[in-house]
Amino acid sequence: MSPVPLIVPRRSLPARPVPTWTKARRLLTGPNAIRVVSVLVFLSIWEYYGRAASPIFMAPPSAILKAAVELFKTGAMQRAMLQTLGPFCLGLLLTIVIGVVVGISIAQSKTLECVLDPFINALYAIPRVALVPLIILWAGLGFAGKVTIVVSTAVFPIIVNTYSGVRDVRGALLDVGRAYGCTSRQSFFKIILPSAVPFIMAGIRLAIGLAIIGIVVAEFFTAMSGLGGLIVEYSNNFATARLFVPIIVLAIGGVLLTEAVMFVERRISRWRISEQERF
Amino acid sequence: MIVCHKVSKFFAKHATSELTVVLDRVDVTVPAGTLVTLLGPSGCGKTTLLRITAGLITPDEGHVTISGARVEKPRKDVCMVFQNFGLLPWRTALGNVEFPLEVDGMPGAERKDVARHFLSMVGLSEHAGHYPHELSGGMQQRVGIARALVRKPVIILMDEPFGALDAQTRESLQQDFLRIWANTGATVLFVTHSLHEALLLSDQIVVMAAAPGRIAKVIESPVAKSRLEGNVLSHPDYAACRAELARCLQGGSA
Repeated sequence: MSPVPLIVPRRSLPARPVPTWTKARRLLTGPNAIRVVSVLVFLSIWEYYGRAASPIFMAPPSAILKAAVELFKTGAMQRAMLQTLGPFCLGLLLTIVIGVVVGISIAQSKTLECVLDPFINALYAIPRVALVPLIILWAGLGFAGKVTIVVSTAVFPIIVNTYSGVRDVRGALLDVGRAYGCTSRQSFFKIILPSAVPFIMAGIRLAIGLAIIGIVVAEFFTAMSGLGGLIVEYSNNFATARLFVPIIVLAIGGVLLTEAVMFVERRISRWRISEQERF
Repeated sequence: MIVCHKVSKFFAKHATSELTVVLDRVDVTVPAGTLVTLLGPSGCGKTTLLRITAGLITPDEGHVTISGARVEKPRKDVCMVFQNFGLLPWRTALGNVEFPLEVDGMPGAERKDVARHFLSMVGLSEHAGHYPHELSGGMQQRVGIARALVRKPVIILMDEPFGALDAQTRESLQQDFLRIWANTGATVLFVTHSLHEALLLSDQIVVMAAAPGRIAKVIESPVAKSRLEGNVLSHPDYAACRAELARCLQGGSA
């Protein structure tokens, strides 16, 4: 079929390219340049005073770097990272699946919400660290214990966010679905779920931070393996330079993971972010 | 053809169990292929009547029939254009136009072709990949109109579709809509609170009054014949008819 040219298409003009010099100036005086300088200044001060302090209490960045190279060479670091990463990834995956499923279920069924919310509220109110000894008693010091601790610390923001995401769907959009004859299944998958996705992603971002805390706490308690285990071991031996290495590895891992999720989140949630900017 | 037969609707007042009469035994007939506007002040129940016709809510008394069949739930040959556009913000313009076809289970490639055709009909073929938040209000409502047309509906229900737009955009959309509509032959029930819009678009204007929502007067538009030429304003009967409509509206609210 050939379209009837009833109406002139709307056009927009191509944007003028930004001059290179303007771009370069923006980059050099921009927030990222300031961030880099700030970190460099901090490291220099640390290096200067770190050298003067007792090696039991403080280590300068140069000593930490040396310890890091050594730990990576012997393979101790890689082994610990794998020991941490395994239960962390499985735990996070379970956290996301359980959180989203529970969140959707209680948002969709008032009865189920009433059945579950006393327990969710109670667990939410207890500092999850307080449950760690109990979990270890039940699930053991090994892999299963770590996974359970990760899930128990990280699952709540996903449940809560998914719940509010599903509940937040604007009535107007549900009406659109109904007016166009969606079945309840279609309106769930085509309207409710997509509109809850930005909330779910925000929940996942929060959960990652908590999951990292969870895995380290778990390894402190078991104190046998992983990056948390190394931290405990080096601190007991006053190996301060080495002690910083797993901490920095955790920091880098956390930042990278959060950035990755934020990247995905920005792409998926673009419509919501720009809506919020407008209203 | 749409027939509303003695339609009444009661809503519960907030915080009390008292019922307010939103619509009181309203009769409206929209002959096939014509455009009828419901004109009235806010609170006169015009949107409620439209939603009853759409099958989104059920009347407490009376009934609405479309082509002789009672409306009990939303029908697929009745499509709606919403006041705040009602676009799904996570879908592109094309994706939004595809939506009704997707609900019908039309296969992907065919669906895209049909949706593209309708998007170009409203002048937005170059914006197919844009998200609603990247489009102006006028463009968003063009997408909304394309979405309503994509099923080739028998009836189009429009709930103050141009109310949220600025004056210039509204005018160009009104003209474009008239031209598109002339090619479809669909029956249109159009809700508005603008006298000018009612005169500009309709064959027949149903003036409603508030508290309780009821029909004050039904007027055949004398200017309907010249609406496609776009010179409704200079029509000799325009001023007189507009004055009469204004009188009806005031009589209702007094």
